[in-house]
Amino acid sequence: MRSYGEPMTESRRIWQDTILPWATCVAMLAAIFMVFVLVPSERDQGIVQRIFYFHVNLAWMAFGGFALVAGMSIWFLRTGSRRADRLAHANAEVGMLYTTLVLVTGPIWARPIWGVWWTWDPRLTMTVVLWAIYAAYLMLRRLGGEDDTILRYAAVLGIVGSLDIPLLILAVRLWRGVHPAVMLSEDPDSGLKDPLMGWTLLASALALGLLFTWLVSLRARLLEVDETVAAMHLEGVRT
Amino acid sequence: MWTIVRKDLAIELRTGEMVSSMFLLALLIILVFAFTLEPERLMGAEFLAGLSWTTLLVAGTLALNRSFVLEREAGGLTGLALAPIDRGSIFLGKAIGNFLLLLVAGVVLLPLTAILLGTRGLSPTWLLPVVLLLGVAGIAAIGTLCAAIASRTRAREVLLPILMFPLLAPLLIAATRTTSGALVGQSATELQSWLLMLAGFDIVFLTAGWLSFDYILEE
Repeated sequence: MRSYGEPMTESRRIWQDTILPWATCVAMLAAIFMVFVLVPSERDQGIVQRIFYFHVNLAWMAFGGFALVAGMSIWFLRTGSRRADRLAHANAEVGMLYTTLVLVTGPIWARPIWGVWWTWDPRLTMTVVLWAIYAAYLMLRRLGGEDDTILRYAAVLGIVGSLDIPLLILAVRLWRGVHPAVMLSEDPDSGLKDPLMGWTLLASALALGLLFTWLVSLRARLLEVDETVAAMHLEGVRT
Repeated sequence: MWTIVRKDLAIELRTGEMVSSMFLLALLIILVFAFTLEPERLMGAEFLAGLSWTTLLVAGTLALNRSFVLEREAGGLTGLALAPIDRGSIFLGKAIGNFLLLLVAGVVLLPLTAILLGTRGLSPTWLLPVVLLLGVAGIAAIGTLCAAIASRTRAREVLLPILMFPLLAPLLIAATRTTSGALVGQSATELQSWLLMLAGFDIVFLTAGWLSFDYILEE
């Protein structure tokens, strides 16, 4: 009898099933409390500005996730490790979810502040193009069939997709933007004035980061189970 | 590498299938634009540049889809993969073949669109062919890579544009900007950063395709 994959170690099980979910839950509640109750509203924009704490972090995490897709894809092509492939897949899925949330929270803020739901500002354009690239990536995985070659194709696409990002950012620089650059602006009057705002941003980053990690680990585990089931099925057919 | 280019061109020259169907589709797309957009109201270089690249992209998708389907059907790709040549050269060969095909389409398409949509006030400069070359090269690079990937899947006709269009976004932005600039006679220095971006895009993705084709052709 062949064994299928590695059984989960006890420490990994505790980390995935107890520590991560509870930590995520606590951090998320704390972040929500800080965003909605503790932190003062921004002077000009009022209460809508509070969405920024999640919006910005979601965007950064999503881009981080896509960077991980590229990293895991390279690792997979180098070593053929199934774990790398599963992690690339899971990161793309959760990154996609986060990007979708960025595209949802953005317009909620933009409508009262800019007066429109959507504009073809470079950063918005970039986000929506990224969304499309990784949607295509997931579509390829879905339509690719059971074949192992598709894993290599997806990895190539994961790397090529990340090569596109610097060029997209270049397009951002060449276009004139209206997107607020709170963190990177050189204007001395901008930036987060109240120290609480910085802490809230950090707390939201922690909460969303933990959630990201948890979701990725769950998805990766599920993909592993899928593979195991498929392998068992194949063996059952053969005997 | 050149043998692959010669082979693809020979097939094309003998049948003329691809050029004729691409041309017809492109013409029909322009007609659709003419019906739906009322070109009399929207004339201008930017309009023309956008429509031309859109048409070229859609018509080109057709050719790119065919370029690997033919190989897969006849088992040609397995033969190529077994041949004692560098896999990267196979990519470059296919990309050059697609590049030439798209270039022919582009050269015909641009003036045709201008005439049919009655765009006025143009003073094209020598930059226009350069832009066309760079833009088409980028489409050929990404398109060849994506077509190779898509040809192995079910629903490949749908998957190719889904894979290709978002990756081409930076190229299309740069290509339409430079094309409309070149159409109204802007100088190379004015368009410098866009032109560099086009060239950069081509270099990045030709290299990426060349390097990654090892993994694509492995059976």
